[in-house]
Amino acid sequence: MATKVTRREFIRDGVAAFTLSFAAPAFLVDIARAQGAVSRNLVVIYLAGGNDALSTLIPYTDPFYYSRRPAIAVPAAQVLQIGTDAAGKALGLHPRLTGLQNIFNQGRLAIIQRAGYQNSSRSHFQGTDIWGSADPSNAAGTGWLGRYLDSLPSPIDPLAAWNTSGATYRALTGSTIAVPSITDPRNYSFASPNSGAEAINERNAAIRLASSAGPDRPNLAFVNTSAMEAFATLDRVGSVVNYTPSVTYPNNGFGQALRTVAGSISKGIGTRVYWVQTGGFDTHSGQGNAGGGGYATLMSTVGDGLLAFYNDLQNQGLLGSTLMIQFSEFGRRISENGSQGTDHGAGGMMMVLGGGVRGGIYGTAADLNPRPDNPTLENAGGDVTYETDFRAVYAKVLDGWMGTSSTAILGGNFGANAPAFL
Amino acid sequence: MRSGDPLLDHLFRRAGFGAAAADLQAVAGMSYSAAVDYFVDFEKLPDDVDSKINAPEYVGVTARGQFSPSTNIEDARQRWLFRMLHSTRPLQEKMALFWHNHFGVGYTKVAGAVGALVGTKMMANKAGETPGPQGHYELVRQMALGKFRDLLIGVAQDPAMLVFLDGRTNTRAKPQENFGREVMELFTWGLGHYVENDVYAAARVFTGWNLRNVPGRDGNDPAAYQEFIYNSGQHDTTAKAFTFPINGGSRTIPARGAAAGIQDGMDFMTSLANHPETARRLARKLWNFFVSDLEEAPAAFVEAVADVYLRSDTDMRAVLRYILKSPWFTNPGNFNARYSWPVEFVVRAMKEIGWAGFSVDTARVPLTNMGQTLFEPPNVAGWQLGRAWFGTGAMLARMNFAATVASNQKFNLARSFSAADRAQPGRVLNTMLQRLTAASFSATETTELLNYLNAGGPWTGSDTQMNAKAPGLARLVAGSGEYQFV
Repeated sequence: MATKVTRREFIRDGVAAFTLSFAAPAFLVDIARAQGAVSRNLVVIYLAGGNDALSTLIPYTDPFYYSRRPAIAVPAAQVLQIGTDAAGKALGLHPRLTGLQNIFNQGRLAIIQRAGYQNSSRSHFQGTDIWGSADPSNAAGTGWLGRYLDSLPSPIDPLAAWNTSGATYRALTGSTIAVPSITDPRNYSFASPNSGAEAINERNAAIRLASSAGPDRPNLAFVNTSAMEAFATLDRVGSVVNYTPSVTYPNNGFGQALRTVAGSISKGIGTRVYWVQTGGFDTHSGQGNAGGGGYATLMSTVGDGLLAFYNDLQNQGLLGSTLMIQFSEFGRRISENGSQGTDHGAGGMMMVLGGGVRGGIYGTAADLNPRPDNPTLENAGGDVTYETDFRAVYAKVLDGWMGTSSTAILGGNFGANAPAFL
Repeated sequence: MRSGDPLLDHLFRRAGFGAAAADLQAVAGMSYSAAVDYFVDFEKLPDDVDSKINAPEYVGVTARGQFSPSTNIEDARQRWLFRMLHSTRPLQEKMALFWHNHFGVGYTKVAGAVGALVGTKMMANKAGETPGPQGHYELVRQMALGKFRDLLIGVAQDPAMLVFLDGRTNTRAKPQENFGREVMELFTWGLGHYVENDVYAAARVFTGWNLRNVPGRDGNDPAAYQEFIYNSGQHDTTAKAFTFPINGGSRTIPARGAAAGIQDGMDFMTSLANHPETARRLARKLWNFFVSDLEEAPAAFVEAVADVYLRSDTDMRAVLRYILKSPWFTNPGNFNARYSWPVEFVVRAMKEIGWAGFSVDTARVPLTNMGQTLFEPPNVAGWQLGRAWFGTGAMLARMNFAATVASNQKFNLARSFSAADRAQPGRVLNTMLQRLTAASFSATETTELLNYLNAGGPWTGSDTQMNAKAPGLARLVAGSGEYQFV
């Protein structure tokens, strides 16, 4: 409840500040600075729908990859070869991932194969919740990023995290924080039927109304908190609208969201956790093959967007303070279906990128031979079994990048066997 | 606007989209029970709302070329908003919205597969407007309060669903699991009642449930469509074993000849629709939609509603009549106990602030910023509800839409106050709070609203002052936290 008082105090001060100049209260910037003087950013990238990891990182020498996926397999000659894993299995990126190959060759892309958890859920919704709560036994709990934000010293800056998607995700749900969802800074402004002094009267009245719900009306207070956070963040978010990037971003939702994140990092508005998502990965049909089709488009979106973001940050000297971590709720079945697609499966993959990353291929690939004694498969050889617990990757990020204790946030020590990508 | 009876206002907010004067007129003098029957037995009234489009006393639509809601998705969105605002059968639109969320079919994937024209038709073709079957939304609207089993079968054979969950390519050699999984996880009984082998078997049940393409002269021909076909040659005729009984009997759907194989799907869906766990899951969703999303449904409610559902052979009309007359619904503790959905907020704001000279098209982009684009749920599970509607950007979009409508209705609002009201800010506020049905404001907040009316100079009640303060006040009330609850 401490934060509630703080928010009310902030709003009281905020009224005065807005009345004078509409400017962001200076003390908020101080809060942001105190919470991370040399700020390190985390950009979480969610591929929504269950990414077909076997099409992203392709085991192009495994004969079962071709025999079980006759319609959608990428021909070996088109795969972007990036070497072998620890067990000597040759692997390559999807041909549309030239952007990621570029980053991999710079040594700044880590790929963690067969990331997942035991008894993987094949449900999008339960799966996303488990990756969010980081607790397979309590998918409905708070999120790992929410718990991290909760752990920051109070008062927590309302822009400590920024969700660039309109949806709400378990991962960002905390017990004291509410992460603002701001899809487009250009729409993030205050409208009034009046102008001039009357509009300011109205805005001040709106702020006072939103700050007045007591703890006896928690649901009303929840809605009002959203309104207050909008008022508290309008000006800082508005500053991102004027951002001029050093590269051209792809003109799609993912590229433009990354452009906004780069703008926010570049303007130094104090945000440390960003959430970016791109959808369409529930590829039950029309995945196509190397030459085109739905999956190739998805890979272009991901690879081109991430390369633009990476280059933009690098050009500005901001790459060293930025880490990107990618996940999806599950991998897909090994055998294709009759629709040039794949159904829901189990083990998937994760990627980590950034200036501080020790690149490479981590973990070992699955053997796609559906023989009964194959330990890398499950569900009668239908799905890939996980090897690296996804929470080990989270732990590495929390301990090695965010400078906090993963044990407290994840409720256990998952860092011991984490891949050494940092 | 308020009727004077808080229970009736509650009914209008939940079973409809709020009330304008004409809506209240329609139920004037009725007992509460009769008013519920009026909502539930909506088929006694003609479905004539579309005839009001472009008539002068209703909200406008914005046509780009010919207004064509069966073939243009933006026009389809406008028509649905128009119906929510002006239909004399509001519960039909409310249930259509409930089902649209329950069977979360989205336009983008459908149009991506079959093109914008046929895709729009699959979502929103009104029967008879263009050749081919009615669209997904028209189907759930037509069957809004029918038998759930019939609706489930209708949706399984709905072209939009057959594209969205890939049933159109479900074949004997390679069964497609998408629909078979979601029909259990999302459309009926939910996680926990089946295993992976049931998903495999369910996929085989629907092999051969495909589409037939009826092309037009060219890509712009509105005569083009696709329709459901049972493709017996692609049906897997072998037996399908489940871990649960089908229709109360055996756990196995027996092997059947290809010609009769469509019966597999009928048996499977009948079994799911008639299952008590499906009844309970629907009861919980209906609780959250009609009664409260601040609390979980109490077991007594779930069991009572499930019982009505099962005894009435899955009849949603009986279920809704029961819920709306139940002590849970009429309990004043549940008034304003639900977070409004963006379309509910937008339509109620237009109903209560006014629509003369306004176009529903103005609401389309704000609705997207609020997180609800009609015909575009984020995924097959529908929208995230409750608190999830209230992200920062979404709340800002609500406040700004309140400003847009209030600004548009500025002069109508100012003129609506009597000379006696204008004499005192307190009376202006009271009248505004009769018009806009926000949950009650605390004394502190009421003072803040009065302070707004008094800010910037002494109160005169002049036209100039009313032209500024009336829309400013409407925007503050409709943009308040209190107004976001229904």
